[in-house]
Amino acid sequence: MVLEARNIFFRYGRQQPWLLKDFSLRLDRGERLSLLGPSGCGKSTLAMLLAGYLQPERGEILLDGQLLPQKRCCPVQLISQHPEQAINPRWRLRQVLEECPLQQEDLLPRLGIEVAWLDRFPRELSGGELQRFCVVRALLSGAPYLICDEISTMLDAISQAQIWQLLLREAEERKLGLIAISHNPQLAARISERVLDLSCLQQEG
Amino acid sequence: MKMNHRKLLLFCFAGSLLLLLVICLLGLLIPESAVSGSFLEARQAPSWEHPFGTDAMGRDLFLRTLKGLSTSMMVGLAASLISAFIALLVGVATVLPSRLLDSCIRWIIDLFMSIPHTVLIILISFSLGRGLKGLLVGIAATHWCSLARLVRAEVLQLRNQHYVAVSRRLGKSGSWILRHHLLPHLAPHFLVGMVLLFPHAILHEASVSFLGFGMPPEQPAIGMILSESLQYISAGMWWSALFPGLLLVLIVLLFDRLGENLRKQLDPYSAQE
Amino acid sequence: MKKIERAEESAFPARREGTVPLLEIMDLSISFRMYGEGLAQRVLEPISNLYLRVYPGEILALIGSSGSGKSLLAAGILGILPPNACQKGRLLYKGKDLNPERQAALRGREIALLPQSVSYLDPLMRVGAQVDGYRKPFPREKRRSIWKRFGLPMQTEKMYPYQLSGGMSRRVLLSTALLSEAELLIADEPTPGMSLEQSLEALRTLRQEADKGKAIILITHDIDLAASFADWMAFLYAGVTVELAPARDFREGTQALRHPYSQALWRALPQNGFQPIPGFQPYAGEEIPGCRFADRCPYQTELCRAALPPIRSLRGGEVRCYHGT
Repeated sequence: MVLEARNIFFRYGRQQPWLLKDFSLRLDRGERLSLLGPSGCGKSTLAMLLAGYLQPERGEILLDGQLLPQKRCCPVQLISQHPEQAINPRWRLRQVLEECPLQQEDLLPRLGIEVAWLDRFPRELSGGELQRFCVVRALLSGAPYLICDEISTMLDAISQAQIWQLLLREAEERKLGLIAISHNPQLAARISERVLDLSCLQQEG
Repeated sequence: MKMNHRKLLLFCFAGSLLLLLVICLLGLLIPESAVSGSFLEARQAPSWEHPFGTDAMGRDLFLRTLKGLSTSMMVGLAASLISAFIALLVGVATVLPSRLLDSCIRWIIDLFMSIPHTVLIILISFSLGRGLKGLLVGIAATHWCSLARLVRAEVLQLRNQHYVAVSRRLGKSGSWILRHHLLPHLAPHFLVGMVLLFPHAILHEASVSFLGFGMPPEQPAIGMILSESLQYISAGMWWSALFPGLLLVLIVLLFDRLGENLRKQLDPYSAQE
Repeated sequence: MKKIERAEESAFPARREGTVPLLEIMDLSISFRMYGEGLAQRVLEPISNLYLRVYPGEILALIGSSGSGKSLLAAGILGILPPNACQKGRLLYKGKDLNPERQAALRGREIALLPQSVSYLDPLMRVGAQVDGYRKPFPREKRRSIWKRFGLPMQTEKMYPYQLSGGMSRRVLLSTALLSEAELLIADEPTPGMSLEQSLEALRTLRQEADKGKAIILITHDIDLAASFADWMAFLYAGVTVELAPARDFREGTQALRHPYSQALWRALPQNGFQPIPGFQPYAGEEIPGCRFADRCPYQTELCRAALPPIRSLRGGEVRCYHGT
């Protein structure tokens, strides 16, 4: 299985400058890649494109030669920087996990979720704990590819290490393709086999 | 148990709701015969026997006012329910991808809001042959706009929430998202909007009946009572306008407070006061 | 004992003997009354037993995970807490009690806040005019030179707050704080959204301000930046100060640090092993009689669970632990 971005072009609106210009990327299943770069260079936009939240203006994003499905559960899932925006504030966390197609409650302790949290509301949990729910939701979707967009930037060092150790272990076991977007070179070196620097992207565009 | 702010609010809420229910039920339970009256008792000032006095036809004004208020509240309830439902439909239609439909909705809302309510209600009521039906349609057709705007704004904002996008990428359909993400979020706004529509509807009902374009004269509606009393007020029958009018103001204020309290409770910012 | 302490303290040039701390906070607690489900009211205490001191010419970095009450502290110092909050404890500014009247008189003049987001700016006012404000002398030239240094294009002057990107808005906010003549600057998360170079530039600027004699409280969760620019680091765990340490101790590593939590933080950094300790920080509402870290601590004893350790001096820093060495 391989995820490919083929010569994609993207901009927000016709008058805006190109944010991504003729960009290509290839990632095999089981591979871990880090994208490094300053803010505003189009990292988050790239993440949204790869997970199907946005459509490229030209070029295509292919999984095994097929376009990403628009109706079914997407095989490329995105975990974002702000967990509190990615979870409906009016839901209990049990409902958040029930949104996934797969239900494996017995797995939760292994994934670092305490059963007592399931009956709480999002505002009653800290950012690190909410981010775990986003990670688990992405894992339970059964997607073979995960895109992690600065998922630990707003967290303290201990929560950051906890979440990444969990993700790395699961990625290993499930043979997930992982793209981590970060601005921290030390973190990128820790979590991935390959690091791609996007800071040159902007100058080209 | 200590009385905290929220308990106090809840207490007021339950109290006013109960009062409104009692008035409504009393009005329904009072038989027609009780308000028929005789000319022997015409034009009596308030007394223990007739707390609000009697009118020129000898009818007891207290019972008649209660009955009138109950009719007005029924009309108000029906009209605000219909209005709120239209508002919800129009507001939720915003999620549909059609640009044309969206512009149409915006245009219709602006059109309705640009015409004074009373004029529009009179127009509709008159063209439908007055009476209960004309009034109901008139009020329902004019009151949905502001609530629809509110619902629309909420839907527009919700639609761009990240968790809604996540839901879509998890393979959920549009109707699933509508039922699970949008509607539960809209419910409190909707409820508050509906309760706050209520006093408007009642006042409009009363004023249009007062002007003679609403309820038929034989129906004891609050607007009719006030309109009749106007003929006798110069003859010194001050009570015939004062008490029914006061009661109408009281009811409208109660509903307004009810809606405001509800809004405060459901709004996350003021809920912690 | 006392003598040794003094001798060690003199190792830090900013803390000369007899210098009065610009701001000293002792046993500060901030609590909220909140409604839970239905009618039950409960009390949340996001900050308790908070302790810190900051001297002129120093940057004190406040380190703690989200939910440890860092931003709330800034509001507490300025006296701009929401109405359902209740504040206890002692705040001393220049050795004198910082009461609400004094807070109102000092904030914006002697104590300035560098806020976290653009939502603190007036959305209807152009950014340039807003940053200039009504200061005398009119600071336009000074502001322009600061903006040039931060790499803010001059068109930014004519923009409205909503048109700024995340990184730009932080730099604009930072310039506001630099124009003020305040002696104490509270910087609440000044760097997220900036590139590495921009955040380094921002921190360098703050450093210069401190070297000119201002005192700066830097609220951040970016430990690397804090450790390289601050003089002192205050570690907060669940709203309690657990350690006050010179920043160079954190650069040295676990053997120089005093509290097991700050040691755990050091070990969890990607460059230092990336090994997290298990467990979670307790919630603000939980009542814990003893040390809040006890559940996750390798050295915990009966005593730790029974009573909160007092803050004590240790090797030139201060720690709230019975066992720290």
